[in-house]
Formats: sequence, C-alpha cells, structure tokens
Amino acid sequence: MADTIDAIAEIIASTCNVDRATITPESHIIDDLGVDSLDFLDIAFAIDKRFGIKMPVEGWMEDVNAGRASSDDFFILRNLATRIDALAAARPASA
Amino acid sequence: MELEAFRLVDRVETLSLPERRIVMRGEVPLRSSILDAHFPGHPIMPGVLLIEAMAQASGYLLLALDGCARMPFLAEVREAKLRAFVPPGGILSVEADLEHDGSGYAVTRGRIAREGKRVAEAELRFRTVPFPSPELRARMVAAVRDVGIA
Repeated sequence: MADTIDAIAEIIASTCNVDRATITPESHIIDDLGVDSLDFLDIAFAIDKRFGIKMPVEGWMEDVNAGRASSDDFFILRNLATRIDALAAARPASA
Repeated sequence: MELEAFRLVDRVETLSLPERRIVMRGEVPLRSSILDAHFPGHPIMPGVLLIEAMAQASGYLLLALDGCARMPFLAEVREAKLRAFVPPGGILSVEADLEHDGSGYAVTRGRIAREGKRVAEAELRFRTVPFPSPELRARMVAAVRDVGIA
C-alpha cells in the first residue's frame, strides 16, 4: 500500500501544484490539501489511468451526502490507497 | 453550422459505439455576423468555436454511448492546437474519440481536419451528470436525432 500512497501523492503534487512534502498518508485530499472538484477530476483520471481502474467516485459522494459514510473514508490518502488497491486487485485479468 | 445558434456540427458521418468514435461534418457558413467581425476583411472561424465544435462532437458521442442518460458539460480543455485558418464555406471533419469513461467524468480527444489537413486538436474533459431538467434532456434527445444518430 505504501507504493500506492506514494503514487497518489505524486499525482496530487504534479496535478494540483501541491508541495509533495506536505502530503502525508493522513492528509485529507479536500480539507487539508485544498483540492477542488475540477482538480479532483484530473486526479481521478490520473489514478484511473495509472491503476487501470474506474474509481466509483460518484457512488462514494452519494454515500457521503446520504450520511452513509464519512468523506474521511474516501479522501484521506491512506484510506483512498486501500480502496484503490482493492479495485486494482478486483480488476479482471487482461487477455 | 449556425454559428449564432451555437450549432457547430451538422451531421454524423460515422459513429462506432464499439470503437467509441464519432466523425461529424461541419460546414462553415458563407455569411455570419461572427465571421464579419472575426475579422473585417479577413473572415476566419474563431478558434474558440473550433474547440466548441470538438466539444459538441464529443458530446454527441457521449450521449450516443449512454443513450442520453447523462449530460456532458465541458470542464477542461488541454493541449489545444489551432493549426490553420478556416475560411467561410470550409467543410470540416470533426472527430472525437472517447479516451476514458470515468465515474462522473469523461475524457475525449478531438480533432478537426479540412481537405485532409489537420486544423485543430485538443483533449477535452467533461463532467457527466444526470440531466438537470427534463426540458434539457428532451432538447438533447431531439438534437441527437437531428444530427443523424438513431
């Protein structure tokens, strides 16, 4: 998972012009790093491409808005990395 | 094309859902108040409208792919290149390929050619959201039909 955290941090730093040194596994992407929705679109695209997945961001946001989950569950870097690893592991093997 | 009506593509020439690709035709009008002003004595299609043409072709592709379930809104234009002037009467081939279908967003690659030569290209990113009103969806369904998408 450490590799995934590093990869996400690099993506955020390069996509959103955030100092890499300020990004930790406990950083909340929105609350701590100031990422807005357009920046997050770019981050989502970079992550989807990097890991060959489709992050279900809309479903996550629905859960947050409906009170079924906390935004921490998805947007703290360590938690996001866990979800990305799970999505990547569930990815169908390519032919 | 009807520049004043913001209709920048006319008809579908080819659409491949498996290849996630569309090619549309756009005929630049011979007369338009926009071309009169851009520029007096040297009328050319404004570059921002070339980008809009690629965005509209991309939008029709996205609508065709999801059966008009969601509305694409242009959110970001990247790596845009405007390579050549387009005069009144120019016939444009406006292409779009879906590069990535994300959760609540999509990324396309647009290109425009005229007489076989590259005119413009860009990467376009869209937010794709449920239609904000039934009126808009009805208008888009009609527009999809009007440009030749069954």
